[in-house]
Amino acid sequence: MKAIICAGTPTSGKTTVLKHVISKLKKKGHRSAFLKIDVQYADEDTLFKEEFGIPTRKVYSGELCPDHCNVMVLGDAIEWAEKEGADFLIVETAGLCLRCSPYIEGSLGIVVLEATSGMNLPRKVGPMLSLADIAVVTKIDLISQAEREVFRARVLEAAPEISIAETDALHGIGIDPIVEQFCKSESVNYPLYLRGNPPVGTCTICVGKKEIGWKQHFGVVRPLENQNFYRGE
Amino acid sequence: MIEQISIIGGFGKNGQPEPVKRVDFKMGDVISIVGQTGSGKTTLIDDIELFANENTPSGRKILINGEAPESRFSNNVSNHPIALITQHTNFLSDMQVYKFLLTHASIRGSKDPSAIVEETIDFANQLTGEAIDLNYAMTELSGGQTRALLIADAVIIGNSPIILLDEIENAGIHRTRALDLLKRYEKIFIFVTHDPRIALLSDCRIVMKNGSMNDVITTGVEERKVVEVIKELDDLLLDFRMHIRNGSVLTEKIFEDRLKSVKCLNN
Ligand SMILES: Nc1ncnc2c1ncn2[C@@H]1O[C@H](COP(=O)(O)OP(=O)(O)OP(=O)(O)O)[C@@H](O)[C@H]1O
Ligand SMILES: Nc1nc2c(ncn2[C@@H]2O[C@H](COP(=O)(O)OP(=O)(O)O)[C@@H](O)[C@H]2O)c(=O)[nH]1
Ligand SMILES: [Mg+2]
Ligand SMILES: [Mg+2]
Ligand SMILES: [Zn+2]
Repeated sequence: MKAIICAGTPTSGKTTVLKHVISKLKKKGHRSAFLKIDVQYADEDTLFKEEFGIPTRKVYSGELCPDHCNVMVLGDAIEWAEKEGADFLIVETAGLCLRCSPYIEGSLGIVVLEATSGMNLPRKVGPMLSLADIAVVTKIDLISQAEREVFRARVLEAAPEISIAETDALHGIGIDPIVEQFCKSESVNYPLYLRGNPPVGTCTICVGKKEIGWKQHFGVVRPLENQNFYRGE
Repeated sequence: MIEQISIIGGFGKNGQPEPVKRVDFKMGDVISIVGQTGSGKTTLIDDIELFANENTPSGRKILINGEAPESRFSNNVSNHPIALITQHTNFLSDMQVYKFLLTHASIRGSKDPSAIVEETIDFANQLTGEAIDLNYAMTELSGGQTRALLIADAVIIGNSPIILLDEIENAGIHRTRALDLLKRYEKIFIFVTHDPRIALLSDCRIVMKNGSMNDVITTGVEERKVVEVIKELDDLLLDFRMHIRNGSVLTEKIFEDRLKSVKCLNN
């Protein structure tokens, strides 16, 4: 079985892209299972179950960032999907962290970027883009060809090796090359490892200390004047 | 090198085979697509832009130099030989006009980006009423300025060999000047249009009906004569429009004097 992680900011078009991909995989006779990870609301699981009759699950990450939640639950999810007899486990995650990557070593990682979100988006999303294998650019129907070219160049600047698929996901245009890469990708390989290096560590805010100002905290602290992190008291 | 593009007919809206089975255009041709609203004009140019290969609702096929297009065209937008400027195409980037054009020119590997940007702005400003301010954000441009810049960028920086324009007459840009300027570049221009002047200044026109390419009409000697008269009448209306646009009052005297200067109305 192949496990494919699809990340991207909310409303970037992940669900719309995956809908077309799953439908095309189904026509080729492949069985997909679908897992949605989100912070507090998602209906993709019912949507995909109704439309394609495939096994689906969803998990709310709540307190954790969805990327981290992904690391926790993915092992179980792969077992679940294998029991369901799926050829593909497709995971849709919000990827809100922007400091770490949600992708697994050896498996296909996809980032969905909306072309309408401005020319600087590729410079802002960090490892979610730089560690992905495919960048799916959506909503090309809404912008000029000139902007598509600049956006593409910015994606390549952040991730020189990445393969780019430009799509109008609303009308299902540009989906075939993505499906091809799904089929060509490697099967899951144990032990499973997260791609890239996770961020420096937990800070005192993350564990619930709410006072404002670096003097109130310890471990990784940072005053406004210093652009570099340093170890405090 | 692109020398020719062909459309192989498919099916109309109700699934009936298209009366026109094949049309070929070569470099330098100016073509119009005409027809009632809803007749399938936009659908036809979308097919061209996508290099339809019996995979769109119309079942049409597009050939470049007589063959199915190479895949390198669709893998990178910068290699795509077709620029489509639709009824909705817009700039969404809030980059400054100058900076954006410079970036686009550099991506295209231009040796002298600032010169080519200047040429582009110059071209665009000949089509618009008020000149484009280079320090504006792209999103601050008016509808007409946006359309003018899109066309100029596609022709000069993009240097696309095939340019598709959907109803530019509605964008408030200067139509005849656009046609004159465009004809200086050796490209294939395809206009979707309701404008008789654009249609008759084209080499030929495809007539759409019920989703089908119903006919291809070559502009003949007679029509070429008629278009001169249409030009005069059209300029007359444009003059009145300009007059009103500039905030002047259209008096009966101005109106009648202007009518007297139109040859075709006075013999
Ligand atoms: N060959 C075809 N097969 C199936 N459907 C078609 C075909 N041609 C057009 N249509 C459908 O007909 C509708 C109207 O077509 P389209 O938008 O191309 O018209 P138009 O001529 O551009 O109209 P307008 O002048 O209003 O812009 C669309 O929904 C389109 O999908
Ligand atoms: N015009 C256009 N709209 C799109 C495209 N892709 C997605 N959308 C729309 O964007 C919205 C959000 O898409 P969705 O797939 O739910 O985003 P997600 O939050 O990333 O899963 C929906 O209204 C889609 O119809 C596209 O390529 N073009
Ligand atoms: Mg979604
Ligand atoms: Mg139309
Ligand atoms: Zn994180």
